[in-house]
Amino acid sequence: MIEVEGLTKNYGIRRAIDGLTFHAQRGEILGFLGPNGAGKTTVMRILSAFMPPTSGRASVAGFDVVDQSIEVRRRVGYVPETVPLYDDMVVFDYLKFMADLRHLRDSEERVEHVLSQVHMDERAGSYISTLSKGLRQRVGLAQALLHQPEVLILDEPTIGLDPAQIIEVRNLIKEIGRVHTVLLSTHILSEAQQVCNRVLIINKGRIVAEDTPERLQALLIGVERVMLKVRGKTRGLEKAVRQVSGVGKVQLLDDGKLEFETAPGNDVRPSVARAVVEAGFDLLEIRPVGLSLEEIFLELTREDPAIQTH
Amino acid sequence: MRNVWTIARREYNLYFMTPIAYAVSFMLLLILGVLFYLNLQYAMSQLYAPGIQIVLGPLVFLLLFATPAITMRLLADEHRMGTIELLLTSPVRDWELVVGKWLGGWLFLLTIVAITWIYPLILNQLVDPGIDQGPLITGYLGIVLISAALVAIGVAVSSLFNNQIAVYFVNLGLLLVLWMLMASPQSVGGGSNELLNYLNFRNHFYDTFYAGIIDVQDVVYYLSITALSLFLGSVSVETRRWR
Repeated sequence: MIEVEGLTKNYGIRRAIDGLTFHAQRGEILGFLGPNGAGKTTVMRILSAFMPPTSGRASVAGFDVVDQSIEVRRRVGYVPETVPLYDDMVVFDYLKFMADLRHLRDSEERVEHVLSQVHMDERAGSYISTLSKGLRQRVGLAQALLHQPEVLILDEPTIGLDPAQIIEVRNLIKEIGRVHTVLLSTHILSEAQQVCNRVLIINKGRIVAEDTPERLQALLIGVERVMLKVRGKTRGLEKAVRQVSGVGKVQLLDDGKLEFETAPGNDVRPSVARAVVEAGFDLLEIRPVGLSLEEIFLELTREDPAIQTH
Repeated sequence: MRNVWTIARREYNLYFMTPIAYAVSFMLLLILGVLFYLNLQYAMSQLYAPGIQIVLGPLVFLLLFATPAITMRLLADEHRMGTIELLLTSPVRDWELVVGKWLGGWLFLLTIVAITWIYPLILNQLVDPGIDQGPLITGYLGIVLISAALVAIGVAVSSLFNNQIAVYFVNLGLLLVLWMLMASPQSVGGGSNELLNYLNFRNHFYDTFYAGIIDVQDVVYYLSITALSLFLGSVSVETRRWR
């Protein structure tokens, strides 16, 4: 459904994406995971035929995004990250306008259908300027579903939404993903895990990992991290912790905090606590800390990554 | 063509909801009304019958300032708000977008121009045995053509920047240059002088339409300016995709 090969895009001298190659099947929900500025939006803009790539090829539903851009646009529904809508239009009129641009037959019925699909029936007569962020997101989604696209491209679809709305949008995406191919970007790891069949981790314009969420998660939690905190002086703390068996890398932080790594499933907290107390420190706190996405990226993009991919 | 009409219709309807369109129309009609009244007073004191020129003359000049205010929003705002992204990812060709924007703006400008018909109607009542119909018809035909060219230039300039104020001033500057463009009276003959005179925006109106004459050359001139501007506007929209 989506075929991308050696895709590269330069903005002036800055290279936004660098030789990306990936593909997506029909009925697949493919997640793009990456920090800000990783190049996610650029890929989506190229696939939605908004901008041409500098080099490389991309095709959607068998049509090239540059040479057959109109054909691609007929088959793609796209919601940009900022959900740009005309504030001075009424929801219904806006969707009708977009439906007319796509030459849909029975456009008013289609508009009513997508409005019920995103649960916006009651707000059809509202001005877009009066809508909350969550409702705007739904109008954006409605706009992208009007023509029953083969491929749906969603750039950060849950950003800025409240938790209830996030769950709603995710369920909606899963529902849509049964019939359409969905490509979505996010920087929330758990979102990718919940919604996607397959995840591409992208950083600095390159794919650094690609797998199913389950397998990726297993790779990512190759180490477990524990943070402990003591009161007062910390001299000798690092040494005391390091001597405990099962403790990996140790890092002393400020404010009497220290972090260390262990292998998953091997809880060394009791022995570490004992060692710290016996060494004469006032132990205040000891708790596991999850790997944040930023740390995962640091891991994945290191010269010699601790986490092996593929 | 269907897309052109869809876009034009949206733009046209939107004008009736934006304060800038009302402000511009109000100022235009107000200034025109005051000038109309003063001209009428003067003509009465000098005991001659005024022609339609007392409306047409100021109207064309005022359009130079009013049109950029009407067109500045058309593409600049789409870029500023990012809504251009959804337009350019729907199956609409770049030129259809540009021509649609132009058509919407032109139709709105013609609506304002249509309101100015009240002045010839009043004048017709006041002057015995009525005003000369020739310049009235050709004058308004000229204004329809000039409006098409002015709006087309406006759309093209609007595609260049995100900021409407920048668009307005660049556009106004461009129009004033076109308006004043002429060979200096001291220089003698030569092809470049002829070219400068040909490009002058004003001559194509005041020498002919204004005086009740229709010259194909002038019709071609305004239509060419319109077509060229729309073409450049489309190129500009397309090149901005690359940035």
